[in-house]
Amino acid sequence: MGKEVWERDGGVASVAAVSPNPSENLRAEWQGFRPGVWTRQVDVRDFIQTNYQPYAGDGGFLVGPTDRTVKLWEKVKDLMAQERAKGVLDADTSLPTGITAHPPGYIDRELEQIVGLQTDKPLKRAIMPFGGIRMVKAALEAYGYQLDPKTEEIFTKYRKTHNDGVFDAYTPEMRRCRRSGIITGLPDAYGRGRIIGDYRRVALYGTDFLVRDKQRELAELDDRDMDEATIRLREELAEQIKALRELQAMGQSYGFDLSRPAATAKEAFQWLYLAYLGAVKEQNGAAMSLGRVSTFLDIYCERDLQRGLVSEAEIQELVDHFVMKLRMVRFLRTPEYNELFSGDPTWVTESIGGMGEDGRPLVTKTSFRFLQTLYNLGPAPEPNLTVLWSRGLPEPFQRFCAQVSVDTSSIQYENDDLMRPYYGDDYGIACCVSAMRIGKQMQFFGARVNLAKALLYAINGGRDEISGEQVGPPMPPITDEVLDFAVVQERFTQVLTWLARTYVNALNIIHYMHDKYCYERLEMALHDREVYRTMACGIAGLSVVADSLSAIKYAQVRPIRDERGLAVDFAITGSYPAYGNNDDRADALAVWVVQTMMNALRQQKTYRGAVPTQSVLTITSNVVYGKKTGNTPDGRKAGQPFAPGANPMHGRDCCGALASLASVAKLPYADSLDGISNTFSIVPQALGHTRADQVENLVRMLNGYFQDGGHHLNVNVLRRETLLDAMAHPEQYPQLTIRVSGYAVNFIKLTREQQLDVISRTFHERC
Amino acid sequence: MSSAAPSTSGVKGRIHSYESMGTVDGPGIRFVLFTQGCPLRCLYCHNPDCRDIYGGREVTVGELLAQVQKYRSYLQQGGGVTVSGGEPLMQPEFVAAFLQGCQALGFHTALDTSGYCPIPVAEPVLAHTDLVLLDIKSYDPELYRRVTQVSLAPTLAMARYLSDIGKPTWIRFVLVPGLTDPPHNLEGLADFVASLKNVERVEVLPFHKMGEYKWEQLGLEYLLKDTPPPSEALLAQTKAIFQSRGLWTP
Repeated sequence: MGKEVWERDGGVASVAAVSPNPSENLRAEWQGFRPGVWTRQVDVRDFIQTNYQPYAGDGGFLVGPTDRTVKLWEKVKDLMAQERAKGVLDADTSLPTGITAHPPGYIDRELEQIVGLQTDKPLKRAIMPFGGIRMVKAALEAYGYQLDPKTEEIFTKYRKTHNDGVFDAYTPEMRRCRRSGIITGLPDAYGRGRIIGDYRRVALYGTDFLVRDKQRELAELDDRDMDEATIRLREELAEQIKALRELQAMGQSYGFDLSRPAATAKEAFQWLYLAYLGAVKEQNGAAMSLGRVSTFLDIYCERDLQRGLVSEAEIQELVDHFVMKLRMVRFLRTPEYNELFSGDPTWVTESIGGMGEDGRPLVTKTSFRFLQTLYNLGPAPEPNLTVLWSRGLPEPFQRFCAQVSVDTSSIQYENDDLMRPYYGDDYGIACCVSAMRIGKQMQFFGARVNLAKALLYAINGGRDEISGEQVGPPMPPITDEVLDFAVVQERFTQVLTWLARTYVNALNIIHYMHDKYCYERLEMALHDREVYRTMACGIAGLSVVADSLSAIKYAQVRPIRDERGLAVDFAITGSYPAYGNNDDRADALAVWVVQTMMNALRQQKTYRGAVPTQSVLTITSNVVYGKKTGNTPDGRKAGQPFAPGANPMHGRDCCGALASLASVAKLPYADSLDGISNTFSIVPQALGHTRADQVENLVRMLNGYFQDGGHHLNVNVLRRETLLDAMAHPEQYPQLTIRVSGYAVNFIKLTREQQLDVISRTFHERC
Repeated sequence: MSSAAPSTSGVKGRIHSYESMGTVDGPGIRFVLFTQGCPLRCLYCHNPDCRDIYGGREVTVGELLAQVQKYRSYLQQGGGVTVSGGEPLMQPEFVAAFLQGCQALGFHTALDTSGYCPIPVAEPVLAHTDLVLLDIKSYDPELYRRVTQVSLAPTLAMARYLSDIGKPTWIRFVLVPGLTDPPHNLEGLADFVASLKNVERVEVLPFHKMGEYKWEQLGLEYLLKDTPPPSEALLAQTKAIFQSRGLWTP
């Protein structure tokens, strides 16, 4: 697995002799920090709680970009413009990537304060064949490159990939489900992602300390019975140790000694970034999230400021340069992938704010500094800045966040008061809405199933409404002239039971193979040995199903059947209450769907004892799902996009913004622990006459939504006209950023269909 | 509604619609009720579909209060409930009962009115109103009639009455270039407003044409088709006229 740079036995014997430092004598790099549990064992949360300084003031201390930042960002923007024109700026066609695969790369050594690139050149994409060589080859060819025949030979003839493993084990039924699109987006050809390494550990402890800790974890297993689980874990721990050593070597190539803790703020940013860089050099996970680093880094910033070593401008420069690097993370992906998740997303999600379990806000000056990058460098989709919102956050911080939303539409909000009881106060968001304890929890990412299609299968006896193929188990089709709610509900429940089983079985295969052929060595090295795993399932088409059930229940729905006997269209007589209007008749149906699916998932046996969860999230795949789904009983026409995530169908939420929010807030988080995504677009004037009013009202809106139990909110404050103009003149909007289902994109990088979908969605406005 | 007074929850009225997130009709986030019926015929009216007293739909106060309560989390942070229209004072018994119910539930209440109403009729409504948004469409009586087709006097009488009883009031004025912007009209209004003792702010609202499509739908001729929105400069000048008299314009 990966490239060997360290001696075969990982140096286990030679380093094990060094014992951890006694807590009394703090090592030099830790001078000035308050000691605690963290000085004796790996415990980043304890370090933060013991040392951070909450900041309750406003953004008045913030500074603009330095000259160096402006110059460097100009260079990066220029590279990005070239990349936009070509699709891919440059790609490696032969060397499989790894932590130490490429020599050091720079943008401009004179200007860069934080260094490190995924390959030897900026924006040059690496190939990651362990996930699947076919995807690598197809992606290269799509952009006019040829995969080196030797590399192809190695990964077809000598080295099996994750993708090969999965398809060896898939059942015919799973293949049918994949083909029909009732299950889509499965991570069976690329890295699964949604794992957050605790990159802070490298800055706080250095790799030597972490290696010793892993060696202890490994040694503790020496006397166990060597069953399959233990053998796998021992191999994984050994790989983790090698990955940490490789990370140290990669640091060395840039001239840094990562074996020891970071001693300054600049080193802390650099160490942490290189740890993250190691992960994105090794894995092209669907989402490569960063975690929760700003308040951790603030402790180093404060120490240096107090020592008089740095100025505010220099600290902001570090944040700006760090964030610039995060904006440059790239993966080589196929056009089909981009159709699902468009705009080249990497989900470098950084969680900011939230409250501590002791009641102190986890807001620091560096929380502000991270948001300030959206002014200093302009708006951008990455990193995916996520504010963990609480009623307890200092008001000046709440206002600053809302102001940034009004100005840039680049941040998303998640309900800390809702999540903290589940995950404590050191969790982060992976990807869009998936919360996990950092370094202690991971998920097996499971993309999502198409529930609108599942409903049609219930009506059509398990046959696909487009192909006519028997995808689900044969059941008698519903032959009623007018659909009867009780009958449809019962059949739909049966289909969900079947679907949950097939789906989780497919995920079990995927994650077994991913562990085997494409294991996240470095990311898992930055976790505890005993990891809490979830099987993160997901659903798409919630509002289509809720409205369809509502139409069947409250109006009259007559299926129109074709010569194959398949219901391919529906005639609706009368009107029905739609989800999104704060009407319990419809909203209760959405809640029922979520709970019924979750209960079906809970019955399944999972790989490595993972706990099933689900998300109501589509990212931008709502467009593709819609394309693959026939007419639905709610009146939606075949091919039309679904609403994204948990959003009400566009145009059907007609009782105003709060009614729409209130409906989504009713969905039970306990049955969607992997997150409930809601994307909210509002024209600035609908938030108030003046910018100050707009900011205040957005704060109130967020408070209200989260107090009512809402989980997540993407906030876009912009006019439809702006988007139309950007479609016509993309060159004038290189940084126009909008929030879509759980992440942000450059609007001009979306496909035309997706752009039209975004524009057609509900913009809350009032005249 | 068990928590509202049983005697008033059955009171019926005609409404056009409600908006769960009003942010431009009073402070904070507000549930805005648009009542049906208006005696004025403003040239720039953006809700001409609210004019017909027999239009809209009938609801009870109890039904409305049930809706308002669904948004408690949002409305209780410095926001509340606003009744707008149409002209709410055309249905005084209904609006008074609704606002009374809102106050009983702990919500701040606002009334958006043209003031074109006899004071004794308005009194019971004002008794349950925390804030009045008084629209004075012009100060020159001739111009006022041209803009609204009714007379100015009742509105000025209402303004003075609100001042006398010390009712917190925001004055609203729609700035229409070439119509409501003659200097004597602006100066006169500013002097008059400055003479009142209860005015917390003056909102100079720039004319917009967002309601134009409704005129077309109703088969009405929209006479301000070619009127542009006011320039930033005209808006700033107009605000300065009020500010120079010690009035606050956001």
